[in-house]
Amino acid sequence: MSEKEIKSLEEIFEAKIARDEKIEPKDWMPEKYRQTHIRQISQHAHSEIVGMLPEGNWITRAPSLKRKVALLAKIQDEAGHGLYLYSACETLGISRDELYEQLHSGKAKYSSIFNYPTLTWADMGAVGWLVDGAAIINQVPLCATSYGPYARAMVRVCKEESFHQRQGFQIMMTLAEGTPEQKEMAQDALNRWWFPALMMLGPTDDASVHTAQSMKWKLKRKTNDELRQQFVDQTVPQAEMIGLTIPDPNLKWNPETKHYEFSELDWEEFWQVVKGHGPCNKMRLDARRNAWNNGEWVRNAAMAYAEKQENREVKQAI
Amino acid sequence: MKNWPLWEVFIRSKNGLEHRHCGSLHASDATMALENARDVYTRRMEGVSIWVVPSSQITASNPELNGETFEPAMDKAYRHPTFYELPDELKHM
Ligand SMILES: [Fe+2]
Ligand SMILES: [Fe+2]
Repeated sequence: MSEKEIKSLEEIFEAKIARDEKIEPKDWMPEKYRQTHIRQISQHAHSEIVGMLPEGNWITRAPSLKRKVALLAKIQDEAGHGLYLYSACETLGISRDELYEQLHSGKAKYSSIFNYPTLTWADMGAVGWLVDGAAIINQVPLCATSYGPYARAMVRVCKEESFHQRQGFQIMMTLAEGTPEQKEMAQDALNRWWFPALMMLGPTDDASVHTAQSMKWKLKRKTNDELRQQFVDQTVPQAEMIGLTIPDPNLKWNPETKHYEFSELDWEEFWQVVKGHGPCNKMRLDARRNAWNNGEWVRNAAMAYAEKQENREVKQAI
Repeated sequence: MKNWPLWEVFIRSKNGLEHRHCGSLHASDATMALENARDVYTRRMEGVSIWVVPSSQITASNPELNGETFEPAMDKAYRHPTFYELPDELKHM
């Protein structure tokens, strides 16, 4: 294809997105669109999968059967989210094995939040409330993104997320209404998760490289800072409602802007965790690699069985 | 060893409705594909019936040929009831 032909294809393509038409897997797309989507969708899928690890830590120690089945169901949902997203990503012409390889080699990123440890039962509350809460804010606009398979996966994901946040908040609420030690435990979890959750919404706008392009392709509808503000505004009253304190001395309501003001975030810490120096980066990746490597014989055995069955059927047919 | 093949999953959400494509998954054989589809796509009673089809068995039309494939229908207005102008007094038609 000549450069001029590509140029005109690109114009048709961009116009299509501007008209809110979806792009489907076999449609022509600029290479950059394909690569950006592979990167973002796979990062998203990896986050869902790695995100099961900090919560999996508490399944056997959940305080009641009710809490245990809810936590199990939530974690199973996250596995499902990972699969919807891997499946969407594969439609762009990359294989599941390549995607896993990128995660396991450290080439691909996943959300940094999952590199923090879950130290007490209250962390299951804080994670559901704040981490899933921030994820929902990130994800809802993606239901209208331009790539069809991604948008459809996100619709499914968003439908399931609200239970996650509600079960988390209810854990916090119950602890906050409990003994002084239980309330203390809830407050401690909020203290540790608050700032990492705010950072989940991404670097500040001036440090974010992808925003303009992402807006055009509807991978983003609002900037990171707008999303963060939305998260703070909706979460502060929720904390107040259950008598917990947001761990930010600079937090204050601005009656003119009708928004909360809050402290500058520690972006140095954020980038350290992204670069692999968070408290649990190594543990998380090791867990993923071990699961994949130790499961290899199972995958091979299942495939060998399937092939044997197929040969048997062929023979019978003859 | 070969990787598990890809399967496309179709779910009928309730009797009376058609099966609809809802995504794909990897499985070593059809039985496992059905089991995985149940776990991945029907955790909240989203379905009463599942089809799985090896992705490699699907033949798709080429979007680059959408013009010649679908546009011929565009100038055939006579296939629609509104093409036929009839007197307003005419009832039940
Ligand atoms: Fe999720
Ligand atoms: Fe979730």
